Amino acid sequence: MSVLMPDVNLSLLLPEIVIAVVAMAMLLMAAWAGDQGNRSMVAVVAVSAVILAGGMTLLKGGTAAAVTTFSGLFVSDRLSSFLKILMCVATVLPLLLSWDYLKRHRLDEGEYFVLTLCALLGGMVIASSGDFIVLYLGIELMSLSVYVLAAYRRDDPASNEAGLKYFILGSMASGLMLYGISLIYGTTGSTLFSHVHHALAEGHGVGPALHAGVILVLAGLSFKIAAAPFHMWAPDVYQGAPVSVTAFMASMPKIAGFAAFYRVLIDAFAPLHHQWGPVLQLIAIVSMVVGALAAIAQSDLKRMLAYSSVGHVGYALVGFVAGTPLGYQSVLVYLSIYLFMSAGAFAVILVLDHAGIGEKIDDYRGLAQKKPSLAFLMALFMFSMAGIPPLAGFIGKLQVFMAAVQADLISLAIVGVLTSAVGAFYYLRIVKLIYFDAATDELTAPIAGMSRLVLLVAAVVVLVWGVFPSSLIHWAESSLKI
Amino acid sequence: MDMLADLVFYLFAAVLLMAALGVVTVRNPVHSVLLLVLAFFSSSALFVLLGAEFLAAILVMVYMGAVAMLFLFVVMMLDIDFDLLRRGARDHLPVGIAVGGLVLFELVVLVAGVRLDPSHAHPGAGLAHSNVSEIGRVLYSTYIYPFEISSIILLVALVGAVVLTARKRSDQKRQSICEQVARTRDQAVELKKVASGQGA
Repeated sequence: MSVLMPDVNLSLLLPEIVIAVVAMAMLLMAAWAGDQGNRSMVAVVAVSAVILAGGMTLLKGGTAAAVTTFSGLFVSDRLSSFLKILMCVATVLPLLLSWDYLKRHRLDEGEYFVLTLCALLGGMVIASSGDFIVLYLGIELMSLSVYVLAAYRRDDPASNEAGLKYFILGSMASGLMLYGISLIYGTTGSTLFSHVHHALAEGHGVGPALHAGVILVLAGLSFKIAAAPFHMWAPDVYQGAPVSVTAFMASMPKIAGFAAFYRVLIDAFAPLHHQWGPVLQLIAIVSMVVGALAAIAQSDLKRMLAYSSVGHVGYALVGFVAGTPLGYQSVLVYLSIYLFMSAGAFAVILVLDHAGIGEKIDDYRGLAQKKPSLAFLMALFMFSMAGIPPLAGFIGKLQVFMAAVQADLISLAIVGVLTSAVGAFYYLRIVKLIYFDAATDELTAPIAGMSRLVLLVAAVVVLVWGVFPSSLIHWAESSLKI
Repeated sequence: MDMLADLVFYLFAAVLLMAALGVVTVRNPVHSVLLLVLAFFSSSALFVLLGAEFLAAILVMVYMGAVAMLFLFVVMMLDIDFDLLRRGARDHLPVGIAVGGLVLFELVVLVAGVRLDPSHAHPGAGLAHSNVSEIGRVLYSTYIYPFEISSIILLVALVGAVVLTARKRSDQKRQSICEQVARTRDQAVELKKVASGQGA
């Protein structure tokens, strides 16, 4: 019996293989070291593995035209490389800035890092998927790891609740998406993105069933990036999960979700842009409005950042709605900038957690009198998130709105500008609390070395990309060139 | 013959949908699990109609045999006031008989009607090998990449289950084997002289 083997080119998968093998080795290392062993060893290995995988992706760079292996199931191109590098950065920064937090709360068990690496692996699988089955498996691998991470503080009821909520709602979203995928398979006869694209371009299978499938897939993906109206889980999960996990959740899975959007919308559904464009436009508008209005009423900083991330997702989706090369490129720019702003804001929260300051917004009163440098950095990240020039957040929004205007979506751009003006209110409120309110107590704890490093990197990136964005824009542009 | 196959399909599909609806609407969780079993069974019957016996067998073995039974155990460990439920047992009897009768009926139809029409829309009809070997062939060649990813997902599920449940708790009593083995006779046994008539 002859078996037809697919074309296998394992060298394309090298970064993924590194992450998978190291994650499994770390399981053994953690078990070997036991409870008393040297715990930071596993953390060092995890961080170096992610840096290694990111470096390999960077060096390989990817080719302009897509190279596939495993009979088209795995796709490697410049876009996937760009997204994978972003994901590696989005994994390393939270790991570094939560270094001390994990030690202090006794969360630095080997399994924490194994799950983080598996989540990253899922994200990388998504970025390189060429088939709906692989895409779904990547999303499940990532989500499952993050569910467990959200519930990681087992003694804390809020953390348990966060994990359970995320799990139940996430499974529901996965079910919807699977149903959508089955409808698409049923109408086009294939799960391969390229085949679906081909069938749609020739008008095969286009009908109500296919449209329902497309919308179900979009709904499932929107849940994963917490776009309104599929954002209900985000505030509770962000608030309940350990801060180190929230910092991770706010960046890596979001980028992976957008990677899924790239793969599905461009590689598979591109001929149907006139159909999914309006759907995404609605999701983008609702996200921007919810993000701007709901965040105002929050008293918990993590909840506020959750709503703010809903808003950021809305702005980034505007680029997809445009559906032009400039639009796709602006999403990459927006995500790269958001990643560093979010890492910076969470670094400040984690540093202050060490100093015994809570996560309530009121706890930040008069921070400038206690810690001028930290207060300055927090203000910097808040200004950047609000989109005030000359910081990087402004460049991200500018790119996205430019793409919308260029694609004749003037009303969408106007909604975006209005909501970011409203959103600026709650970012500036924090700056006001930090600088103009009186402090209530003293603060003496030192800032840990690792957090200082992350804060510095994030601040420099936010400033440099704000003033000289051309390198980033050029990189994003070249990643999408075919 | 075609029409008969269609008829059987619609029968099983209708039962499947009704059972699935019942899972979420029925009050009693035990009934809910039993309806879930019915849903699994009906969908496995649909697979048989498609000529995918292997998938049908897997569905029966894994879902009905393992998963549904596990659910049943979990549900039975829940703190449900069965007296309250039993009070209405006579009301539930028709439902129970209906579900049991349906499963029996489906079984009969299945056994009698598996070979209704072998040529009707069987994706695997023209293949020389059996279902199992075809699936194995595809799984280990074309779909080896998703297959490997699934294995990592299972690993994560395993690690997650251990991480979330196995923990040291202060209110938990654990067996210490070292201490048990190191115990001497003097520590374990105490001899008491009891005067006759003073015991008890």
